[in-house]
Formats: sequence, C-alpha cells, structure tokens
Amino acid sequence: MSPEAPRARDGRAPDVFTPGGWVPMAVFRDEDPVDFAIVGTGAGGATLAAKLAEAGFSVVALDAGPFWRPLEDFASDEFEQQKLYWTEPRITDGEDALALGGNNSGRGVGGSTVHFAMLSLRLRPERFKSRSRLGYAVDWPISYEDIRPYYREAEQAMKVAGPVRYPWGPLREPYPYRPHEVNAAGLVLARGCEALGVKWAPTPLATVSAPRGKSPPCVYRGFCVYGCSTNAKQSALVVWIPRALAARAEIRDMAMVTRIETDRGGLATGVHYVREGQTRFQRAKNVVVAGYAIETPRLLLNSANPQFPNGLANSSGVVGQHLMTHFGMSVWAEFEEEIRWYKGPPSLAVCEHWNYTDEGKDAPGGYAFMSQGPLPMGFAEAVAGGRGLWGMALRDQMAKYNHMAGLTPVGETEPRPDNRVELAEETDAHGLRIPRVVFSYSETDRALQRHAVAFQSQVLEAAGGRDLWTSNDTSHILGTCRMGDDPRTSVVDRDGRSWDIPNLWVCDGSLFPTAGGVNPSLTIQALACRIGDRIAQMSRQGTLSRVRAEA
Amino acid sequence: MRTPYPGYDVLAKWDSQSFNEATREVLAARLAEPPPFRFFEAGDAKLLQAVVDRLLPQPDRTEPIPVALWIDRYLFEGQDQGYRDARLPPREQAWRGGLAGIAAEAERRFKTPFAELEPERQDEVLRAVQRGDTAADAWGDLDPKRFFVDDLLTLAAQLYYTHPDAWSEIGFGGPASPRGYVRMGFGERDPWEARSQR
Repeated sequence: MSPEAPRARDGRAPDVFTPGGWVPMAVFRDEDPVDFAIVGTGAGGATLAAKLAEAGFSVVALDAGPFWRPLEDFASDEFEQQKLYWTEPRITDGEDALALGGNNSGRGVGGSTVHFAMLSLRLRPERFKSRSRLGYAVDWPISYEDIRPYYREAEQAMKVAGPVRYPWGPLREPYPYRPHEVNAAGLVLARGCEALGVKWAPTPLATVSAPRGKSPPCVYRGFCVYGCSTNAKQSALVVWIPRALAARAEIRDMAMVTRIETDRGGLATGVHYVREGQTRFQRAKNVVVAGYAIETPRLLLNSANPQFPNGLANSSGVVGQHLMTHFGMSVWAEFEEEIRWYKGPPSLAVCEHWNYTDEGKDAPGGYAFMSQGPLPMGFAEAVAGGRGLWGMALRDQMAKYNHMAGLTPVGETEPRPDNRVELAEETDAHGLRIPRVVFSYSETDRALQRHAVAFQSQVLEAAGGRDLWTSNDTSHILGTCRMGDDPRTSVVDRDGRSWDIPNLWVCDGSLFPTAGGVNPSLTIQALACRIGDRIAQMSRQGTLSRVRAEA
Repeated sequence: MRTPYPGYDVLAKWDSQSFNEATREVLAARLAEPPPFRFFEAGDAKLLQAVVDRLLPQPDRTEPIPVALWIDRYLFEGQDQGYRDARLPPREQAWRGGLAGIAAEAERRFKTPFAELEPERQDEVLRAVQRGDTAADAWGDLDPKRFFVDDLLTLAAQLYYTHPDAWSEIGFGGPASPRGYVRMGFGERDPWEARSQR
C-alpha cells in the first residue's frame, strides 16, 4: 500500500512502531516564521531536525514522499518495494552515465536510509586531509578529530552492531551492540582474506543485534535493501524522526518544495511547496537543504531569481559540480558448498584493507569491499547485464543461486568539475526543470576499479570460487554542494552554512569534498550532528543571525 | 531444465510465519490473471511474445510465467525508475523502435516474420541484435546492443524472477516476515527452506 495523501497532519504523525498508530505532533502555521525549515528528511535532514528541535529551535521538515509505517506497509517483495525510490523524471548523461532510481535515492520520510544496506563505517582519518596527507583530490575543511565525537554520537544513536576491536584505523571504543553472526556469504570473504593474509571484519551495521526500545533484534530476513518490515533496521525513519517529533518538530510528508524565496536583503525567507495540490509558502528564519546530491543542487539552481541569476548560494559557480559516485564493479563466483546468501543483511563481512594501505596500488583513493546477498530479481539483473545470458543459459545460471557468492566495492571517484548536476530544459509535473546528471570516470577512477576487480577476484579464488564473472554498478552520489574554507571553490563553510546567504544551509551528502571509500550514511549523520551542535553554539554566542556580507 | 529443488514450493508457506499480510496482498495481485496487451498492438504483442519465449523459454511449465504480458503492463502503467539515458529516446519510443528493429532484422536475414521462424533462427536474430550486427536503417538513433541488454533482456529477466514459481525453481527462501532465518553458515538450512537434490 502506498499512501498518496499526507499522513502527518492535524497534530498527529504515524507511529512507525504500531500498525495504524499515531503519535502527537506539533503544528506550525505557514505564516509564522519557524527557526528552521528543512527540505528533506533522510540521513541529513532527519538527523538535523532532531538535533535542532532538541536544542529548542522550532523546526518544520518537509519531504516529497510518504510517511511509512514499516510494520504494515512493507512487503517481503523486491518489485513492490520499488515504491521506496525516487522515480521523478531525470536525465542521465556522460560517458559513464549513472543508473539513478533505486541505486542512490529514496522518496519518503527517512529518505534512502529506509532502504540502505546499513553499513556504518567511518572514513579513514587521513581521508579528511586527502590532499595534504595522501596527495590527491582536496582536503575537507574539518578534520577527523572534529568529527570523531559525532561519529560516536551517530553510532550510539543507531546502536550500531559491530566488533569489539575493529581491525583498521586508530584505536576506538567498541561498537554499542555486539556484532551480527556472519553468514556463509560473509564467511567466503573471510576465508579468502585469511588465505591472502589481509584482515576482515564483521561489518558494523545499523540493525540491532539485541532488543533496543521498540526495535526487536534483526531476524535475518534478508530484505534489508527493500525496507525493513520489523523495525530492526535503525533507519532515520525509526531513529531520528521519532526523536524529532518528541522534541516538537513538525514533519510534513507528501510536500514537494519547489523554490526557496529570498528577500531584498539577500536572505532566505522560506520555502514554496506543494501539498495536496495546493501551493503554499512556509516562512522561516533559516532554510536547510537536505535533498541529497541531485535534488539539493537542483533546488538551489531552480530557485534562481534576478538577485541570484545563477541560482542560490552559487557565486562560486560550483553548485552541482564535483559530483562523485562510488564505483561498484562486483565479482561473482560459484562454490561447491551451499551458501544461500539471501539470509541476513546483504553485507555481513567487510574488508577495508585498501582504504588503509597505500602501497601496492597504482592509483590514489581507496575502497572497501563487502560480501553480497542479492535477491532473485536483483541477481537476474546482474546476470543479464553482466553476462548477457538469456534462454536456458540464463535459467541454468540462476539455478546456481544458492551456490553463488560475490564481492562489491565501494570505491572512490575523483571530484571533478565536469561531473555535475545541471538543469535540463525539460520540466516535471510541477513545471520545474528536471536534473541532468553528467558523469564520466577519470583514468584514475578506472585504474582503481581495475585494482578492485583484480583483488576481489583473488579473494574469491582463494576462497574456492570458480567461474568468476563481473557486473558493473555504482552507488551513492556525493559532492555537488561541497563544503570548504574558500568561498571561491566551495558552496558552504565547514558548518554547512552557505557563503552567499548566511541563513541558507546544506546538510546531506552534497557536502562531501571527497567520496571516501566507504558508504556515506554514517558520515552524513555525523556531519548533521556536528552542524546541529554548531548551530546551537552559534545561537548561544549570538552569531547565528547574520546579515548578508556585501559582495 | 531440472530444478535442484524438486517438490519445493515457496507458496506452501503462504499461511506460515514467513508471510505477512502486506506480502500476501502483493502476491495475490501478482498471481491473478494479468490484463491483456494494452501498450502493444496485436502485431507487436505477438512479436514480443515470440522474443520473450526465446529469452526465457519455459517448455517445462504447463502454466508459463506471463513475462510478455507483465512487460506490457509495466510499460502501460508507466512503472519505471524515472531516469532516462540522454542518448536513448523516451522509453515508449525505444520499445516500439526496438521491436521494429528485431522484426526488420528477421526479414533481412530470413525474409520471414520473426514469430514464424524456427527457434534456432530466432536465436540467430537475437544474437545478432545483442552483438549490434544489424542493418542500421531500421534502428535509427537506437543502439541495438543497449536496447537488447538494458531494456529488453534486463526487464524480462527481472520480471520472470518476481514469480514465486521462479523462486521455487532456484531454491530461494521467498517472503520472510515476520519469520526470518536462524541457520546461516555453509550448508546450513532451516526447516522452512528448500532442500537441494543436486
């Protein structure tokens, strides 16, 4: 079932933990300026909504999609659960045009964390200073030491389940919950890594390994990337949204923000949005854009006005630029033993060797790789696309399903200005210009991919795999409104505040100056926790309200 | 083909803890008789059916999985991921153009409509399209290789493997909520999973 009418309204919001249930919700009027209007409720927006509301600010967070109750709305079915994706029209372009949709988007309260694979990995500390410490790409404006307490805060908020001693990186505290049992698909990775003499670990995952509040422990049903129907998964919908509501934030589902308004002083005054066919305007003292790395730059560009003809926060011209993805060329192999990878979260074992080892690679940048567990429809896509098999050959390959194992990297691509989000001429149902996403790999990106394919192949062969083949895919989109120390080359400062419009903020994966070789959701949430604390701090110090600096 | 899991039927778990109400609703709708062809006209529908019969042959089934009808419904109802490659025409156009290209290739090679060819010759036509070894004029802007793998084959394969009979055939556990799994190691099997005869 897919609600098309808003559910969060009239002073109540869906209770995600109770079929048909409700929780009370604060209601703000459009005409009363709230402290913060947040556009998007994923890993960035939901986290920041909770943090700001808990700090005492008035918050309205708007999401274009529905407010799910996982216990009653989510089926155990790959095809039905495509309803979790953003499927508004987009154009994908470039030499290596990216697959969009389910790969890297969510539509609904909680955003893509509703269907993420729950990998909760920190970036290697040196990656925050990739240019000065590792000699490639650019530095972040913050260091690992700046974000470390917020990594811990986010891991605690999600009760991440992981090992007592994670084998890479600086000494750190144990994960909040014990690690999950590693399934046979993960044990293949373990066996191969041990044969090659590299470390591996049970993956730190944001699904609970023991009861936590109203979340039961994970039952290993294996449909994680199609939505968790038991609420074991610690998505933003289950973790941050209830916290935000309890702290008197208002969540508006099925509310598509179409434009940010600015006044003659060059400050943001609120957001135009469409809900139930009505065009409305929420006044706000601050606007936060958290629509992820395509919709965030698209909204800033579509909000252009005579004062800001190139779009908001775009005096640098870099809004939409430096788009990065994570490459994900999978290697698959057949095994003598039965593996049955459909059981448990898809990536229960991980190897970060090539994030932490710089020798033995002919390209800078890093990657993690992890075990896989695609369900039949997803695996059929890999077999058809990767091998081009059809006829009985396709059905025969698929019949080996329970004897297959595979590895997929999350690998860095370089931030390059030509990879970008821009506006196409074509418009959507709201009359807004749709995004065109342009992407091509660099030679460096390709060299790192070749390394990842070769090493993953070695691991699978060392584990006893045979008949290896590859399929190509990507995941995550990052970097299109990057943070920095220089207003000429970045969109926002180290606190997510735009250089041009001091009451306009960005809080999502668009902020990343480099991609890092791990899944981004934990870092996005840590950044949001940090931005939330910084805003509260600035408010106490009286530096939150700022008139626009004269250009 | 012979399944490694004879006698295993995912749907036998319908009333068990592996199925919840949301899943039963979705699968009941999927297993219902699909509507007739609405996106494709009769000629294209017949051609699509013949093509899909080669992509996913089902000589072993008395009730084949209705992949061609599901493709038609998918296109008719506009269910897709939303995005479009800048080099490809809009999806409706790509599908009609792709089928026209396959028809033209059959005529060019064998002077016979695709649907009337022997299966071996049908496969020869499809292999040529997959390789891109086609007469250019029938395809226009459309890249035959891209259409064949990215559109036609991928969607047909995905839809086939949304059917519970296909899950049973490959030994997939199927729906799993609220009950998931307990035994996850090499060669381990819960009592509600398929038993292999391989």
